[in-house]
Amino acid sequence: MKKALSLLIPLILVSFSTLGWAAKEETIKVGLIAELTGDMPAVGASCKNAAEMAVKEVNDAGGLQLGKKKVKVQLVVEDNAGKADQSAAAAQKLITQDEVVAIIGPNASRYAIPAAEVAESSETILITPWSTNPKTTLDATTNKPKKYVFRAAFIDPFQGKVLAKFARDDMKAKTAAVLYDVASDYNKGIAEVFKESFEKLGGKIVAFETYTTNDKDFSAQLTKIKDTKPDVIFLPNYYSEVPLQVQQAHRQGITAPFLGSDSWGSSELLKLAGNELEGYYFSTHYAADNATPVAKKFIEDYKKTYSNVPDDVAALTYDAFGMLFKSIQNAGKADREAVRNALSTLPGYKGVTGDMKFQAGSGDPIKSAVILQIKGDKFVYHSNANP
Amino acid sequence: MTYWFQQILNALQLSSIYGLIALGYTMVYGILTMINFAHGDVFMVGAFFCFIAAVMLGLPFLPTLLLTILGTALLGTTIERVAYKPLRQAPRVSAIITALGVGIFLENFTLALAPYPQHIPPLLDNITWTLGGVTLSSLQLIIIVLSLGLMFLLDYIVYRTPVGMAMRAISWDKTFVPLMGVPVDSIISITFAIGAGLAGAAGAMYGLAYPVIDPYMGIMVGWKAFIAAVVGGIGNIRGAMIGSFILGTVEIMVVAFFPSTYRDFVAFTLLLLLIVIRPYGILGQPRTQKV
Repeated sequence: MKKALSLLIPLILVSFSTLGWAAKEETIKVGLIAELTGDMPAVGASCKNAAEMAVKEVNDAGGLQLGKKKVKVQLVVEDNAGKADQSAAAAQKLITQDEVVAIIGPNASRYAIPAAEVAESSETILITPWSTNPKTTLDATTNKPKKYVFRAAFIDPFQGKVLAKFARDDMKAKTAAVLYDVASDYNKGIAEVFKESFEKLGGKIVAFETYTTNDKDFSAQLTKIKDTKPDVIFLPNYYSEVPLQVQQAHRQGITAPFLGSDSWGSSELLKLAGNELEGYYFSTHYAADNATPVAKKFIEDYKKTYSNVPDDVAALTYDAFGMLFKSIQNAGKADREAVRNALSTLPGYKGVTGDMKFQAGSGDPIKSAVILQIKGDKFVYHSNANP
Repeated sequence: MTYWFQQILNALQLSSIYGLIALGYTMVYGILTMINFAHGDVFMVGAFFCFIAAVMLGLPFLPTLLLTILGTALLGTTIERVAYKPLRQAPRVSAIITALGVGIFLENFTLALAPYPQHIPPLLDNITWTLGGVTLSSLQLIIIVLSLGLMFLLDYIVYRTPVGMAMRAISWDKTFVPLMGVPVDSIISITFAIGAGLAGAAGAMYGLAYPVIDPYMGIMVGWKAFIAAVVGGIGNIRGAMIGSFILGTVEIMVVAFFPSTYRDFVAFTLLLLLIVIRPYGILGQPRTQKV
């Protein structure tokens, strides 16, 4: 028995290692880091759904065309549990253990920034679908663009400017108040740009209030805001917090309209908020009801598979995969350096979220934003927006 | 001036909820000298019971509240029977570790069933009254009145009824009180039921006031309520209420004056200073250890 075992164990080990070797040769591994658990699981779920759909489409067509042969794509999914340290650890694992060609995700800037640091230092491509904070693609010490980090979304300064202009021109606001999460890179970045742009356009910021992630009671801040009687209140905060803030504001008798950023664009927002958000505007990446043919096909396929309308995270994830697959094919081989070069010079990509192309020497795409209005249980297209 | 009245109302609402949870910590400590670290998570389960009753069963406000209190009371006694009773003679640290374990179990059990944050619909029409610029909502009023009512009811039970007398007796001496015919086990069960029921009520009201609930919501609120209980003098019921009102008021007032990032820092510095001045809390009495 003992002898049989001692023979069997090496045999098993060998078969495992050859299996691993065989898999490495025949597929292109792409990593996905998503917020599957933690404080924004809806974001992670959309991201994973879209990723699986993008990979399935490619594999159903036989795989990616590399030279003369077709190679299938294998998706390796990691959960970052809604934590910054786990995002970095997941990136590390995907790069060193799974040896992926590229990583897609994480989505929130506070998780994308640490993961991007890891990817940059190990010279592996990382495309974050949803992170809009400029720091994600910039080197922390030199402030120059990172070489291996890209994104599918526009950046906060752009969005802050667009929203400040919208508040001044379309909503005719003279004064504005801001309530934002000071502990989160995304919220802080966009709040500061909004303030600067709004003041530059001749408006006045009457209250600039903060809170910290996971706070549930905003009554003290809202009372301060109420006291300054703003024309509009800007909440560049995540979908799980916005309903609490708006509801508490209404209970305090605040009647000023609220304005939001792309972090509002989750279908969960309306479930959590009931009808408290009726009529409010927010900026985001694409409008499901004003879609291009590429987007229409994506929306229909997504609806068929997951029976709900894809939110912007899903659309951006899908575009991130699209750009990556195209670059791998353009490069002709699944080599990190070659794919990186193909990606940075990718000519105008027609994605679900519009036409985009990377600025020279940067991982930030050039594209436009849309303004949506909340009507009943739907996000309705209002206008395209450029600063 | 109206600004300050509004902030005081905000503080009362927050303090009431801390108070209801702090009572559970202090009661269990008073009777077993054990810190029940799962209590914050019982509060969280209370919010989820409220969600189940309100959304899945579609019940109105009062039945929802009663069902939540009953559910958590049952949960509290079950936890005591299953997890704490076998350890009553064990070193106190074992019980504390078990309590932490129960808390983590409750969090992850809820997480497994409801991974997404859930929304509790408003069960009551939101009526707001504005008096000279100060806005009071019906929900705020209900939370404050109901919490104060429950606190006074508890105070009455503990200081005016035979059950309360038995509780106080056990907290003094666990060796000889059973010899006087006091059913120690049932009294301890009742204590846990009341403590957990109050946490459940707090969970339901918290869920209505801040209607997005998730499995980790009990951790921070639980810590804060525990600290409020310590500040008031752990083991002392009136102390827990006073401690909660101090903590809630300080938290709101710090934000009213300073940037919100100073809140926990200033609040807890003040509380630490208070503990330095009165190590047993505001109403706590030093107990002489019998050697």
